[in-house]
Amino acid sequence: MSTNTTLLKNGRIIDPANRRDEIGDLLIVDGRIAEPSEVRDLKSEIPEIDCSGLVIAPGLIDLHVHLREPGQSAKETIASGTKTAAAGGFTSIVCMPNTSPSIDSPSVVTWILEKAKAEACVNVFPTGAITKGIAGEELAPIGSMFKAGIVALTDDGRCIQNHEVMRRALEYAGMFDLTVMDHCQDYNLVGKGVMHEGAVSTALGLPGWPAAGEEIIVQRNALLAELTGTPIHCQHLSSGGSVRLLREARARGVKLSGEICPHHIALTDESVRGFDTNFKMNPPLRTQRDIDLLIEGVADGAITVLASDHAPHCAYEKEVEFDLAPFGILGLETELGLFLDILVHKKKAISLARLIEMFTVEPARLLRLDRGTLTVGAPADVTLLDPGLEWTVDKEQSFSRSRNTPFHAWELKGRAVRTIVAGQTVWAL
Amino acid sequence: MSTETRTPTADIRGDTWSRKDLTAIEPLSVGDLTTLLNTAAAFKTVGTREIKKVPALRGQTMVNFFVEPSTRTRVSFELAAHRLSADVINMSASSSSLTKGETLKDTALNLQALHADIIVLRHSSAGAAQFLAKRLSASVINAGDGAHEHPTQALLDTFTIREKLGRIAGVHVVIVGDIRFSRVARSNIYALTKLGARVTLVGPPTLVPREFEHLGVVVTHDLDAVLPEADVVNLLRIQHERQRKEYFPSLGEYTALFGLTKARAEKLKPDALIMHPGPINRGVEIDSDLADSGRSVILDQVTNGLAVRMAVLFLCAGAYRG
Repeated sequence: MSTNTTLLKNGRIIDPANRRDEIGDLLIVDGRIAEPSEVRDLKSEIPEIDCSGLVIAPGLIDLHVHLREPGQSAKETIASGTKTAAAGGFTSIVCMPNTSPSIDSPSVVTWILEKAKAEACVNVFPTGAITKGIAGEELAPIGSMFKAGIVALTDDGRCIQNHEVMRRALEYAGMFDLTVMDHCQDYNLVGKGVMHEGAVSTALGLPGWPAAGEEIIVQRNALLAELTGTPIHCQHLSSGGSVRLLREARARGVKLSGEICPHHIALTDESVRGFDTNFKMNPPLRTQRDIDLLIEGVADGAITVLASDHAPHCAYEKEVEFDLAPFGILGLETELGLFLDILVHKKKAISLARLIEMFTVEPARLLRLDRGTLTVGAPADVTLLDPGLEWTVDKEQSFSRSRNTPFHAWELKGRAVRTIVAGQTVWAL
Repeated sequence: MSTETRTPTADIRGDTWSRKDLTAIEPLSVGDLTTLLNTAAAFKTVGTREIKKVPALRGQTMVNFFVEPSTRTRVSFELAAHRLSADVINMSASSSSLTKGETLKDTALNLQALHADIIVLRHSSAGAAQFLAKRLSASVINAGDGAHEHPTQALLDTFTIREKLGRIAGVHVVIVGDIRFSRVARSNIYALTKLGARVTLVGPPTLVPREFEHLGVVVTHDLDAVLPEADVVNLLRIQHERQRKEYFPSLGEYTALFGLTKARAEKLKPDALIMHPGPINRGVEIDSDLADSGRSVILDQVTNGLAVRMAVLFLCAGAYRG
């Protein structure tokens, strides 16, 4: 008999990959999902977890996380970041390459995978930079990084401005079936912008970051994805106009996809009025109209992926003048609660099953990960959710090394209560 | 002589004031603004006396902390503090530890550890004064934060209008020029609209974006059309040191479209006031002779700035703590 056997009993199993939504038991043997009938072959002392009232979902995937290692371990480490992910219900995370040094060589990819093997409590899938040093000019060794284990390419944090460089990168990435993920920002239009350009930035005298600065690159990406055939995934979309462009491109068959982050549907630029740098992120918080259009995009399927853009920064880095502060906030632990609360409970934009699909099947398909399913034989990555649990965010309880969240003391409905990676519980409420 | 020797602050009312800081005009009530203007009026008489000093802030220390260069505002605050008998320290960006990488927070905490009672801050970042005010027990006075606010400039402009025209409510103030990057414009808009004035902004769309209409003002690009109905024309300095070529093609074209030339001034009502926060670019935003003419109240603004700053220091540091 196996030493690594667990029976998740009597939960609502939602497994969008297999179109399954029913009350039942899930058997885990040797770190993999097993046939329920195998229970009969096992001895009686199988550890059981009572899942009544809970949802048994495939382990959630967040494909937009900054783990900050190597080089910025004061903000986050692979150990602390993966623990934070586990506490948010995530069994797999995709980490961004804007580290120090950046992930632009196979040796850094290997270093991360080795470190993750030793210290991570969830699966870590690294991305590689598209260009050397994320400088937007020369191609990084994409093939070598692919062999070393990257799952996608991105210059996240920066955006390739030269369309010719982007075009060739896409063509080259196509050789390895790698998706290119893009942080959509036109540097000329955005300039020194630190918040949404609109009535609030005008009142505060802060440099504005116009929505067109994102939309113009989304449209560029639609054209180049069409030209090259390589899929482009638009990261952290913030503007309603971007959703329209994405929807139009997808309707004509272009391989363009998009993700949204919780803060862009939970907050507007009005929050910046107090100059609190926990409301400074890139792209910036926009307007209620943008929120409505982003949610509409989730509801009609134009937006297919939900992600956090978890971006830890030290308190002393954030406690400066607004225009001098770094962009970004924590996300992993509040992400599921915010999306459940807003998209499923309050706005009723999508069903719980679709939300789980957007955290599992969609990112797994996009990056060709063998995750996000409860199919027999698949790795036993499982998230137990209590979609109706009411809880209060407490930043002091975070597993992150940083505390930069605007959601402290928010009351949310719904969260993960247990995270299981390869059959092992790595976090439980 | 007997009126000269009575306590100079006896007619200065601080009892309605409850603010430690003055970081912005936007959050102030009409009552706050009225208290500030009335207090400034009382202090203005001090400047005409033989002995121009009152003991209101004796024993208090004011730090003039100018991270961005300025002469007139710094000197005005310094003189205001001296007239109130406060001790003054001047610090500029180059003499502070900010150039050594110290954060604004740390520099400020150090000033507080030296028991500074008042910090007057000029800084290139919007929100910098509010940032300090939240963290320090000292009174923080905003002497200009990025493109956000310059409260004492708005107070002295408003004070000057009230002094010359006898009222603020119903007065039509036309502000011309670089509004987008102007903290003076923002503070003026807040002060004037709160007190019931009508405000029109004029300039090219690149410098006067439509979003300003959310602040309760009218935006137009036709100076000639609005001049005949203006009671006050406030010409902002064209900051060509920070202007790039995409905002307007040349100073010559700017003057042709938005400069207050002699020909344009003919369209003004005879009693309309011409204002400028300084330093002026003669021949650019204003004709040189007009700047020196009887309709210009530019130097009254400077004189009133002193009274206004005395009032602000007195209320935030004296009355608030008293």
